[in-house]
Amino acid sequence: MTTIAANPADFHGADHAHDADHKPAFFARWFMSTNHKDIGTLYLIFAIFAGIIGGGISGLMRWELAEPGIQHLTSWASMMKGSGATLDEAYHMWNVLITAHGLIMVFFMVMPAIIGGFGNWFVPLMIGAPDMAFPRMNNVSFWLTVVAFIMLLGSSFVPGGTGLGAGTGWTVYAPLSTSGSVGPAVDMAIFSLHLAGAASILGAVNFITTIFNMRAPGMTLHKMPLFVWSVLVTAFLLLLALPVLAAAITMLLVDRNFGGAFFDAAAGGDPVLYQHLFWFFGHPEVYIMILPGFGIISQIVSTFSRKPVFGYLGMAYAMVAIGVVGFVVWAHHMFTTGMSVDMKMYFTAATMVIAVPTGIKIFSWIATMWGGSVSFKTPMVWAMGFIFMFTVGGVTGVVLANGGLDDALHDTYYVVAHFHYVLSLGAVFSLFAGFYYWFGKMSGRHLNEALGHLHFWLFFVGVNGVFFPMHFLGNAGMPRRIPDYPAAFAYWNEIVSYSYLVILVSVGVFFVNLIYAFAAGRKAEGNYWGEGATTLEWTLSSPPPFHQFETLPVIK
Amino acid sequence: MNMLKSMFLPLVLVLAPTAALAAVPVTATPSVNAAAPAIADAAPAKTADAAAPAKSMDGSLPGYTPMKPTEGVGMPVQKQIDFQEQFSDNGEYAKWINNAILLPLIVAISFFVLGLLFWIVVRFRKAANPTPSKTTHNTFIEVVWTLVPVLILLGIAYPSLDLLAKQFKPAPASAVTIKATGYQWYWGYTYPDHGGFEVVSNMLKEEDEVGKGERFRTDNDGPAQLAVDNRMVVPAGVPLRIQTTASDVIHAFAVPSLWFKLDAVPGRLNEKSLTITKPGVYYGQCSELCGARHGFMPITVEALPPAKFAAWVKAQSGGKMPGEEVAAVPADASPAPAPATPAPVAATPATTAPAAAAKN
Repeated sequence: MTTIAANPADFHGADHAHDADHKPAFFARWFMSTNHKDIGTLYLIFAIFAGIIGGGISGLMRWELAEPGIQHLTSWASMMKGSGATLDEAYHMWNVLITAHGLIMVFFMVMPAIIGGFGNWFVPLMIGAPDMAFPRMNNVSFWLTVVAFIMLLGSSFVPGGTGLGAGTGWTVYAPLSTSGSVGPAVDMAIFSLHLAGAASILGAVNFITTIFNMRAPGMTLHKMPLFVWSVLVTAFLLLLALPVLAAAITMLLVDRNFGGAFFDAAAGGDPVLYQHLFWFFGHPEVYIMILPGFGIISQIVSTFSRKPVFGYLGMAYAMVAIGVVGFVVWAHHMFTTGMSVDMKMYFTAATMVIAVPTGIKIFSWIATMWGGSVSFKTPMVWAMGFIFMFTVGGVTGVVLANGGLDDALHDTYYVVAHFHYVLSLGAVFSLFAGFYYWFGKMSGRHLNEALGHLHFWLFFVGVNGVFFPMHFLGNAGMPRRIPDYPAAFAYWNEIVSYSYLVILVSVGVFFVNLIYAFAAGRKAEGNYWGEGATTLEWTLSSPPPFHQFETLPVIK
Repeated sequence: MNMLKSMFLPLVLVLAPTAALAAVPVTATPSVNAAAPAIADAAPAKTADAAAPAKSMDGSLPGYTPMKPTEGVGMPVQKQIDFQEQFSDNGEYAKWINNAILLPLIVAISFFVLGLLFWIVVRFRKAANPTPSKTTHNTFIEVVWTLVPVLILLGIAYPSLDLLAKQFKPAPASAVTIKATGYQWYWGYTYPDHGGFEVVSNMLKEEDEVGKGERFRTDNDGPAQLAVDNRMVVPAGVPLRIQTTASDVIHAFAVPSLWFKLDAVPGRLNEKSLTITKPGVYYGQCSELCGARHGFMPITVEALPPAKFAAWVKAQSGGKMPGEEVAAVPADASPAPAPATPAPVAATPATTAPAAAAKN
């Protein structure tokens, strides 16, 4: 190992056939890919595709919820079935839509984009590594995710109990997911989660190994860019949380198909055990989705303020703290399951603790901008939007953390509003911020600034119009996951549904911008953001050579 | 807090007579008949109907007519922003914690962050500040923004944990037990203290959705998708012991205006105490995804003055007030409580002394 690090050029000197820009032919390059940048690109394309489907499903949901009554579900269910659907099948279709929306957005949009896409692209570049530690395993991770997605979509076409598809919610609670859903749909959805989970575990192993072993000389852990820190913490969360999900859903399969009784109360099992297992995974999962976003925002804020990140070590260890504490707060998702007062008090207190490291991050971003010379390019407005929206989502989290208040808010639209503020306005804002930040680096072409700003402002208005009134609906008591509602909820629901159209237009602007960039976008130079962009990816050309850092950079 | 208590005081005073009444039927049954002769008159009719309870078009029974809900009370209203008006002490307290402490705090924090961002846009944009500072550390401010949130959270934790302690205060032995069982997709309410009868509660359909002669929802029943055919009737001003369980999948028993939500889990018997401070009709919906008709198994709680509650109990097949002579109801008409129920009636030695009866 020492020899390699000491004189890496020796190993490439006689190997001119594999120079930096030698690319394999199309099929080998994109279907048998071992290049971290190509795999990152595949992940991003996949995530955009899945995002269109998941976002389209939310459009169907908002269409149905625009006014009281069942307007469209019956015809959609009939379309899926090929013949007239009963009202129960239509209601089941609703549950399939909410399940698919949740699973797609979590496992096939946010995670592939933020970890698979940006993680693959920029972790090796930022630490000065030529590629990921296990390039072929990287490819396996991607294609497992694709198969998992096909499996999930396929489950919508097979029987799942009352109608076609898995209508269990993304949480797949037993016994609704066991004795409550007859037919292969839920089995397929579970297999889909197994595959997506396996893909993520492989990815996590890959990232941890890469970050620990392949940093360029001089790149100590405490010199790593915060995005790399965020992916490292995320990879550990994945590694520790996903096996628990795998165990839980395997137990579901046993209960469903092999006469098991892990979660069957009549045979001595416990349905609440499933919830403990699921949320032991599920809570770290929400940090898995947001932590890399934190990393992206840190890079962007620093770049456009032309200042190093304020309180670097505090920022890095705040993420570690969030990751650690994130493992001991899971039962706040279960406040109404009938837990004891001691447990409820503990999980209330532990959950509120998370606000402290999160607050450190928010204030450190602000302090990074403070005194800076800030230019408000598209990535920066997304980043600032993120900081404010994540704050709003965070403070409603503090409200929900109170077990006693949660008795009114649990499983209402207030919760829906909260987690969309931290995910749809948190993780997704960071995704768009990262996309605008790095698109030139990845493609070699510039997106249009004006269209980028237009996209931001339309999206900002749209998502707030969709999710802010949901707080009111939740306060008033509207439960989640219902296809129809009492007439008193009509006013806010109508506003929410119309606001969805604003999001739709903004996403249209995004795609126009994308087409513009590929058709007529200006060529991007190596470091197009200027002196504020100090991480290693900006030392390379845009796009970087097919193989980079054949001579390892030395960090002083 | 004092203001809150002073707000409760008139309510308590209003309820005092009803509370006094509450003690009467429990301890001495005959006085109920004396106090409400109309019910006594109706009793024979009830016995006659016991085999096949009459299904009236408005849900009324001999001696009981469903209470007409007050518009906007115990139910959501159009354009609502705040929580529903609360009808339990803990609900009032919880709503106060949110509206008086948490809401101002989170709004202030959000605007504080927004204000800082605006200031950055104004003061630190490139045009206004061409040369960036190189400050990357300030131990004092880092300690401040760590400690201040800790102190704020400690401030929140006190009322929050206090609320939890109040919510978990066990119901007194004299509390009225009602067991809510979730089924796909309706609720069953069992009254183990009152003969163990079960009220099956289904959502009422609209007039155009039912056949001729079938019952449909009217405004007396309540809003569409919230109104049910048979309500969960409970006494107001009396501690209730609400138990929840389910027979198939997990459901959740939730009533927003009572700040009450408790999952109904198969194989478990969850329990929480609740005292409804005012007679009225309170609506809720199942709050755990339970399959196709999850959105269509509402909950309607009707809280009645204890005497009227007693009349309702007697109108039920097999219904009897605790301590009442078993002979008042044909023995076989009283179904045994479901196995999961800790049957307090059966557990208590046959009630002869009024004091013992009160414990039921």
